[in-house]
Amino acid sequence: MLATAQTFTLDGISARPVRVEVDVHKGLPAFSVVGLPDAAVREARERVRAAIANCGFKFPLHRIVANLAPASLRKAGPGLDLAIAAALLTASEQLDLDSLPSLAMVGELALDGSLRPVPGVLAIAEAARERAVEAILVPEENGPEAALVEGLDVLCLPSLRRLADLAAGEWVPEPPEPMGLPLTANGGPDLADLRGQRHLRHALEVAAAGGHSLLMVGPPGAGKSLAASRLPSILPPLATEEALEVARIASACDRLADREPGGRPFRAPHHTVSPAGLVGGGNPPRAGEATLAHRGVLFLDELCEFRRDTLEALRAPLETGWVSIARAGSRRRLPCRFMLVAAANPCPCGRGESDPDCSCAPLAVRRYQARLSGALADRIDLLAAVQQPSAEEMGGPSGEPSTAVRSRVAAARERQEHRLGIGRCNAEMTPAELRECHLDDAAAALLADSYSRRRLSGRAHDRVLRLAQTVTDLAGSEVIGHEQMAQALQLRNREDS
Amino acid sequence: MSEPRACPECLRRARLLAHLAPYIEKVATGTPGSRSPELLRLDNEDLAAAVAPKVADQVLAQAAVVPERRLVADLAASRCWATCRHDDLYPEGLGDADDAPWALFGRGEPRWLPGLRPDGVVTVVGARRATSYGREVARDLARGLATAGLVVVSGLAFGIDGCAHRGAIDAGLTVAVLGCGVDVSYPASHRALWRRIGEEGLVLSELPPGTGAWRWSFPARNRIMAALAGMTVVVEAARRSGSLITADLAADLGRDLGAVPGPVNSRASGGSNDLLAGGACVVRDAQDVLDAMLGPGVRQAERLGPAIEPRAARVLAAVEAGSDTADAIAAGLDLSGAEAAASLAVLEALGYLRCSLVGVYSRTMLKPPCV
Repeated sequence: MLATAQTFTLDGISARPVRVEVDVHKGLPAFSVVGLPDAAVREARERVRAAIANCGFKFPLHRIVANLAPASLRKAGPGLDLAIAAALLTASEQLDLDSLPSLAMVGELALDGSLRPVPGVLAIAEAARERAVEAILVPEENGPEAALVEGLDVLCLPSLRRLADLAAGEWVPEPPEPMGLPLTANGGPDLADLRGQRHLRHALEVAAAGGHSLLMVGPPGAGKSLAASRLPSILPPLATEEALEVARIASACDRLADREPGGRPFRAPHHTVSPAGLVGGGNPPRAGEATLAHRGVLFLDELCEFRRDTLEALRAPLETGWVSIARAGSRRRLPCRFMLVAAANPCPCGRGESDPDCSCAPLAVRRYQARLSGALADRIDLLAAVQQPSAEEMGGPSGEPSTAVRSRVAAARERQEHRLGIGRCNAEMTPAELRECHLDDAAAALLADSYSRRRLSGRAHDRVLRLAQTVTDLAGSEVIGHEQMAQALQLRNREDS
Repeated sequence: MSEPRACPECLRRARLLAHLAPYIEKVATGTPGSRSPELLRLDNEDLAAAVAPKVADQVLAQAAVVPERRLVADLAASRCWATCRHDDLYPEGLGDADDAPWALFGRGEPRWLPGLRPDGVVTVVGARRATSYGREVARDLARGLATAGLVVVSGLAFGIDGCAHRGAIDAGLTVAVLGCGVDVSYPASHRALWRRIGEEGLVLSELPPGTGAWRWSFPARNRIMAALAGMTVVVEAARRSGSLITADLAADLGRDLGAVPGPVNSRASGGSNDLLAGGACVVRDAQDVLDAMLGPGVRQAERLGPAIEPRAARVLAAVEAGSDTADAIAAGLDLSGAEAAASLAVLEALGYLRCSLVGVYSRTMLKPPCV
């Protein structure tokens, strides 16, 4: 007899529908799975066999074929177990799901028949709703995640044993509570921990207000990592739609549990990361750190130590906000709109040339700094020279808390959205939008003077204009003045000396 | 004005040098104490006998038979010009040296040649491995000297030399003396600078066009740099730097010698500080050089920068006192991060400060008007 079940497989960070067809008929006892299964799906046979036997059902001693349609799509992961088991039980007439509404199911089976959570349930539930499925069966742990999707009944199943009770109408699971989305930015580490360092604070505030990328250069232990980790706390909180996006990516990458408390993702990959690890890759393509940092902060500590090809791979995604991964079978587009924050030492020994203890040869310093300017420098807007806070500052009162800074940043972002459109910020201003910037005479003269003396390249000119607009938005004024332009000129990242 | 002309005898001498270059290399760098300027003092026969006794006769015979039109045609083909010690345009300073080159090849406008008199020329040299301090000083000093109307001579090498040329070329005339043919850019990565000097200044060499760089040819070109200028300034040099050879040669010629003081604990400044200890003139800015060459107060190098507002003046004073990052300045003067940033940018735009790739500020030599 033939039976089918609806399920989904994860493809990047989105879900694709898969129909499981199981045919049980007379012949030598065998159980085969066809339809481009990966190793985990092929091993489902053993899990399904054991789970069925251990839940009081009978594993039919017939010839069983499970087909996963469409046959051209590669199926990955153990999430198909439940659907295969359910279709097999239906085909062998041990289960009748007709009484239930149109149903999709996803979950990994343990050998005793209990269900284990799987990644990507949020994306799967959303895909199910789009296909007009009325209810979805998920493992208990995935319930709160699936419940985020409105207009879909979520049935939490603890074990395969309960499936028969559910079909017979003898047991109805409790509807799960939707998990909380991080819509407030509170809870993360606070900017108050940053004592003194007024320039760094100013740079962080401007970077957050305009969505500009930031490079911090300073000796080890001066507070670069501390500052970077506080950046999410001064960014405005996520909108509901953005928070769902972030949760979907985290869920697909199985990282929903270890999200940052501050709401926005903060990713700090180690400098040995490969290009595929940073922007995504592999076959089937997986999301990289850049995608995990979507709507948050990607922090590259020790920028000069990253492999050159790794940083080069980041260029196009930085520009477009998307990673495109093309593989033989498919092409995938993963979102990655993040704020880039990088940190580096001023010289190989880390102390900086002006420190008398610096032991670096002049040539080594120049080579090191050349690497710094080669590495993505043309994609980084701001430069902050970080210095160890003085003893008085360390012992002094704690700095301004994140909430105060965040409210100024939020006000500046509001002005930008009003001018550029929802969800956009100054860092993304196009050349056409840059021409709309209002400068007063003094500011225009200062910019023109710096440009004509060849202190600025054409690209740096536009970058300074974007920064000046952000500084002006922070000041709450309409016209870019001399003071704002001067600040922007000072904050800009130096590409060449 | 007459065109530069070199006599066939001197051009043949240059060809002979190019021919003997590998032999000189062996003798000049193989045996201690036998330095190339001393070898080049010898006349053709003695030089050939000294460096290549086995083939001397053959090489000399070959050089002697090159016809004059071949010499002229080769020079025309290389698009360079040449002057020689018998020519009116031959730089005056070189005549004082008994080891002066016979012929001098050049690129650029020959009309600058009469201006190369020792009282109008200063040679700025220093180590190739220079610190950012040395590079900045070299640039500022050369700019100041060129602004004051002096010709700045240097050797196009990495480090101090390159910075001196860059500083001077924006403000006035600069001359690069090479240890290879004038149509060869050595070091190759200074190609753009070499080309620009060839267009806006002068590139000189005693070796004929097309000759590559040899180790012996650098001390040899140092003697030309030393002889061209009334004063040689060593900006930054370690104890074994080649630029000290230039300083020695200048002192031997009786020319003024100056050095820029460097940190006493910095190895990169060991050689230049030794020169000061040995009685060289202390060079802090272009004015010191002018005073030493022309007499105190004869010519003013100083140009005052534009006026600055009080807050910027305080920031400038803080940088002079040793605060070198925006953080330190804001904390030291109790300014907000934004205020400190704005003042620093204004000071940088006005030319009082410069900022490194890593956001460290340093002072230029520009002086603010008295407030």
